[in-house]
Order: sequence, then C-alpha cells, then structure tokens
Amino acid sequence: MERQFLKGCEAIAESAVRAGCRFYAGYPITPQNEIPEYFARRMPEVGGVYLQGESEVASVNMVYGAAGGGTRCMTSSASCGISLKAEGMSYMAMARVPAVVLNAQRGGPGVGDIRPAQQDYFQATKALGNGGFQYIVLAPSTIQEAADMTYEAFDLADKYRNPVMVLTDGFTAAMMEPVVLPEQKSEEELAAIKAAKKADWALKGKVEGQPLHKISFNAGSKPPQGKFMNTGEDRNKTDAAMYELWKEEEVRYEEYRLDNAEVVIAAYGVAARISATAINILRAEGYKVGMIRPIRVNPFPEKPYAALDPAKVKGILVVEHSIPSQMIYDVKLATGNTIQIDTCLRSCGEIISRDQIVEDVKKIFAK
Amino acid sequence: MERDLIVGGFGGQGVMRLAQLMCYTATETTDKYVSYFPTYGGEQRGGTANCFVIISDEKIGAMTAPKCDDLIVFNNPSLAKFEARLKPNGTMFVNTTVATDAPKRTDIKIVNVPATEIANEVGDIRCANLAMLGAYIGYTGLLPAENIKKTAEKKLGAKRPELIPLNNAAFDRGFEIGKAAREAEKEA
Repeated sequence: MERQFLKGCEAIAESAVRAGCRFYAGYPITPQNEIPEYFARRMPEVGGVYLQGESEVASVNMVYGAAGGGTRCMTSSASCGISLKAEGMSYMAMARVPAVVLNAQRGGPGVGDIRPAQQDYFQATKALGNGGFQYIVLAPSTIQEAADMTYEAFDLADKYRNPVMVLTDGFTAAMMEPVVLPEQKSEEELAAIKAAKKADWALKGKVEGQPLHKISFNAGSKPPQGKFMNTGEDRNKTDAAMYELWKEEEVRYEEYRLDNAEVVIAAYGVAARISATAINILRAEGYKVGMIRPIRVNPFPEKPYAALDPAKVKGILVVEHSIPSQMIYDVKLATGNTIQIDTCLRSCGEIISRDQIVEDVKKIFAK
Repeated sequence: MERDLIVGGFGGQGVMRLAQLMCYTATETTDKYVSYFPTYGGEQRGGTANCFVIISDEKIGAMTAPKCDDLIVFNNPSLAKFEARLKPNGTMFVNTTVATDAPKRTDIKIVNVPATEIANEVGDIRCANLAMLGAYIGYTGLLPAENIKKTAEKKLGAKRPELIPLNNAAFDRGFEIGKAAREAEKEA
C-alpha cells in the first residue's frame, strides 16, 4: 500500500469517506477546520452531502437526522464547539443512532486557547451531555491511528447502534506524517449496510405492509434488541447493559516496554507518543520504565493497571496535556490507590517535552 | 538515526511549504519515518510561523526535539528564538536578506543564504523558500535535488505553472551556495 504524506485532518476526513461516510455537517472552529474543508471538496465526488450548519447545535442535529435515516454520518469540532453539541450528542444516545463525533481538543475551559490540548477527557468519558450516557471513545496517538480509528468508528457505531467519539487533539489534527489510508468500502457493501438498518430500525417513510419505524429522543425509539420499551428506565437499563458489555469486549490498550518496569507511565493520545520517546531514552540509561496506553479511553482499560504489582512498581506517572490531570482518577480507581501516582502535565497549547518526562520519572526513582 | 530540523520565519515567507516539500519527498521516495509539526500564531501573513521536522530510521514518538541538528531562520525573531536550540556543531541556515542580526553562538556552523534577494533576482519574492531549500539540500545532501524539484513542480506548479522555472532557478542558486559552503568546510 502506498504511503501518503497527510495532515491529520485530511487523513481523518478521507478515512471517513472510505468507511462510507456520506453525510457530514459541521461548523468551523480551529484546529479542525481542514476536516470540513476536505469534506466540502470530497463529498460531491462520492455522491455524499456536506453541510455547514448555522451553528454547532444545528450541525449535530443534522447528523442526528442523517443517522436516523441509516446513512453513515459524522460531525467534528473542537472542545468548546463539542460543548455546544452536547444536546445533540445526548439526543443521539437516547435515540440510539449510529454516528461519529470527532473532537480535536484545544485549550480550555471556555474558549480557552486555539492551540492544542487534552483537556476534554472528563467530558468525553464521563459526560458528553445530560443523562449519564456513554460513547465508546477512541484515542489515536498518531495520524495513522487517527485514520484507522476514524474508519473503525463507523463500524463500531453500527455494531452497537450508538454514536462513537474519536478523541484526538489539535497536535494530531495539524501535524503531517506518512499514512497508509484504509481501503475504500465498496458501494455494494455500503448499500447492504444501509439496507440492513432500514429493514431493522432506521427511518424509511411509510412502506405498505411494513411497520413504521420511528426515532425519538425520549424512550420511544425501537430498541436495538427485544421488545418495544415505553419507559425511560427500561432504556437506561438496556444502555447500562451495553456499557457493561463494552468492558468485556471493547477495551483496547497497549503495553509499551512494560517488562520489569518499576515506574509506569499512564498516557493516551499525543502524550503517549512523546512518553514513548522518553521511555526509550530512560531505558537506554538503565531505568526500568514502561507505559500502559489506553487506545480507547472509554471503556477504560482497568485490568492492566489493576494487574500492576505494588511490591514491584514504585510509582505511576500520568502524562497528560491537561492541568489539572483528568485521567488520574481512572488510574486511581483501577489501581485501588495502592501505588503512588504523580503527574507530568502541560496545558492550553503548551507541549510536554521528552526531557520533562525523563526528569519526572527520575524523580520517582530518586524517592 | 534521527535528524531534527526547525524552520522559523514570518507567515507568508513559505516556511511551512519549505518543510512540507522536504517531507513529501522523503515520504514518497524513501522508507524513512517523517513528521512535520507546525506552530503558528493567530495571524497569517506577517505572524510567526515555525515548524519542527523529524526524518528518522525509527518510529517517531515526540514530534519536537529539545535540541535540533539543523536550523533554518528567515527572520530576526526566529534567529533569536531558536539559536539556543541548535546542538553544538549544528548548522544554522540564515536568510541574510531579512535576518540581519549577528548570531551569538560560536560553537555552530553558519550558512548564509540571501534567499529573499535571490528570489527577487529570479523574478518573484515567493521563491525565497525554494532558494533556501536548495541551500539546505546542497549543504546536507539529505535528499536528491531532482526529487525535491519534482515534488515542488507537482505541489506548487499545478496551481501556478508560471512559477515552475522561477522556483527551479531559485532552488539551483541556493543549491550552489549550500554545496560551496559544504566544500569550503571540507577544505578547511
């Protein structure tokens, strides 16, 4: 397969098209403007639709509609723009429609900073909107992963009939790297995927002799399995069962140079790739240090952290572009507070250097 | 083996394009790992623009290095900001038409390239980045000159075919300056 030198945003948008995304609606915001820009040019070539909504709220609700009709669809934004999409993201969770939402994180809170950050971990994993719902959240650390995970997100969304979030950042969005793009799904395959949705639950208008499908942001949608449910509580229970299933089937993580590690770095996304460089430097100097990297931050990979032996591991260092740290709470829960946790943090556009990580790991060894 | 380069200048000087042309060429004509990481202010023309390039035999983690092997500066603010980040015995390429301040370091090599002046002489100020890229390639031999010129023709020539001969001329003049600097160094 041919490598291409692509910007993160370009690789993401082209991978979405190749996964069969045929409807994109968004509203401009730095640092992900090249995503809508790419779709605006590309969608007409594949018979898809690109729409710039009048706002984030409008565009996410356009995606809600497209998802309800069974079309593979996507919206993207950055941080404060994602906050504005909270209503639609929550409605899509209640209606249980498959869609992909991408966040190229920037500094916060509020409008924060146009420069990159990783300050939306809580939002992405704990509260994308009201109501206690969850999305599977994919966290790429390179442009290749951003391409592959965006592609995969569409399959995951259809598999669970639930939206999926790709949690990337302004670093990855603006960087360029060689990428091998995923294969274009065939028109036949895409038509079959859509037809299956129409036959099961998606909106299709009134067809003689067939039951009418409906999509609703209260408890009224046809549920993914089982009988029609009228109460919100029943829907909550169905969703809760799905979240439990994710913990069994959808956890993804990477263990990096973890053999005999006495200090373990916990980092996701761009912070993890910088940490990998720091680990290589430290290992060359004889320091036993490794990393557990969540490839998906929801469901969180509790088991590999829980498996760390407090008798052997001196400490954990959470490396994150967020002040204060957000992922630290999931690491604490997973380890049951049995191992000392320190942090190595920057935020609001400042980038963590490999030297800073090296220094902070050495401090733990010196304790 | 990892080679780290920082390129800095004003928005509009072709700083990002220079780095991208090199990265496109490395991606398409070698098996090396490549990363390009841009940073810039809110402004475009006249604002600060700089980027970090890594070309490596191994997978690239951190996309910025604390110290770089090579530094290209297009203006005085970039010279002041990045001079300290050059490794001892590293090479700084200076666009002497615009970056007129005297470098402070004495433990580095300096290649002076009047890139903007060359660009004006070949007929278009926008070619300054190609003149500088030519000097960088002429000095380092990092990638074949012909491959870079082919990439420039493909990426820049499609929109502005009238600039192709000017870009090539600027690149060639820079290349000779870089090559001569390298040869003078060998003789010394």
